[in-house]
Amino acid sequence: MNDLAPDTSLPLAELIVCPQCDAAYHLKVPAHGERAICQRCGKVLIAPRRNAGLRIIAVSLAVVFLITGAAVFPFLTIDAAGNKNAVSVIDAALAFVGGPMILLSLTTAALIIVVPLARMLLTIYVLVPLVLDRPPARHAVKAFRLSEALRPWSMAEIFVIGCAIALVKVADLATVGFGPAFWMFGILVVLVIAQDNFMCKWSVWNALERPRRS
Amino acid sequence: MGIVACTRCTKAWPLGTQVCGRCGHALVSRDRMSLQRVWAFWVLGVICYVPANIYPMLKTQTLFQVDESTIIGGAVELATHGNLGIAAIILFASVVIPLGKFWAVAFLALSVQQPTGRGRHQRQVLYEIVEYIGRWSMIDIFVVAILSSLVQLNTLASIHPGTAAMFFALSVIFTMLAAQAFDSRMIWDVQAKTKPTGDRGSET
Ligand SMILES: [Zn+2]
Ligand SMILES: [Zn+2]
Repeated sequence: MNDLAPDTSLPLAELIVCPQCDAAYHLKVPAHGERAICQRCGKVLIAPRRNAGLRIIAVSLAVVFLITGAAVFPFLTIDAAGNKNAVSVIDAALAFVGGPMILLSLTTAALIIVVPLARMLLTIYVLVPLVLDRPPARHAVKAFRLSEALRPWSMAEIFVIGCAIALVKVADLATVGFGPAFWMFGILVVLVIAQDNFMCKWSVWNALERPRRS
Repeated sequence: MGIVACTRCTKAWPLGTQVCGRCGHALVSRDRMSLQRVWAFWVLGVICYVPANIYPMLKTQTLFQVDESTIIGGAVELATHGNLGIAAIILFASVVIPLGKFWAVAFLALSVQQPTGRGRHQRQVLYEIVEYIGRWSMIDIFVVAILSSLVQLNTLASIHPGTAAMFFALSVIFTMLAAQAFDSRMIWDVQAKTKPTGDRGSET
């Protein structure tokens, strides 16, 4: 980043303050592919990528379809002495139904389907107008805030590892195999990581504030 | 002139501004109240972690017997069956990460109550690790959910979630909230005071 200890007479619009350690800098937007990093704590402040908006939208759309598919198709199949069972994510999420465990069901469903899906839809809603150089969508600020707040609660990738562990755990009890949804989840995890890589929060906030100049 | 910064979108505002005009985040020069939220969630997380380890996590019903296993019991069972790797992952995700997180959050919260200025970078790294890795404790909950829905083989074998599952999920959620409530800017406050030319003053 630029100079630590900026001239405090600078207009506030030309300042950027590290959200992690509170160091203030004179705002200079880096070129595409470059990153502005806080000198004091190392936090990445701005990391614009060329065509990031379009790429993120494309990935989000793909993820929406994958989640929908992954929720419906079975991700694990089991076969023990003729007793067969195949479960989808919805089945797994509903595993705790009955009694107070229903809360756990709802939480599980939210963490592996609802939250990831909601994040993607919110991202598409916020970014499409920006990419088209239109004014931000109604409540775009709220939508982006919600999407960012949901980030830590989106746990599809943890679920994938959970599948693998569950498979090993019952391996000596029965024959277990991965269903199509498992591979969908696998691809989904990679896509979400790629998307996080393209997403520069600062650029989105800036574009939402000054839509036509970004 | 004092400024207050938005921790969500990095924009600077004149001191006294209540809400960020760009993203709508509440502006607080230094969120001292955040420590109380940290401790509240921390205590809830610790309280829930105790029954999570006492009660059974899984109830396995096979032809001849009903097996109830706790988190640690299940991992030990896996290890004795030769699945050392999986046992290690479960132990790491369900015991090492939660306990490490309790320690780390308490350490960070205590360390900013009496600012020393020492080890700021290490503490920042510790905070980032806590934020990143805490979610992974949920893995055991997902394994229980998957097993309970998958292993429903009539009389042959069936698996049901135990009481511990709910407490464990709550414990993970509370510790995640505790980590999120922590205002990491407090780690860096000492430097702002000892090097007045370095940064803007942060007092109200
Ligand atoms: Zn910083
Ligand atoms: Zn803001």
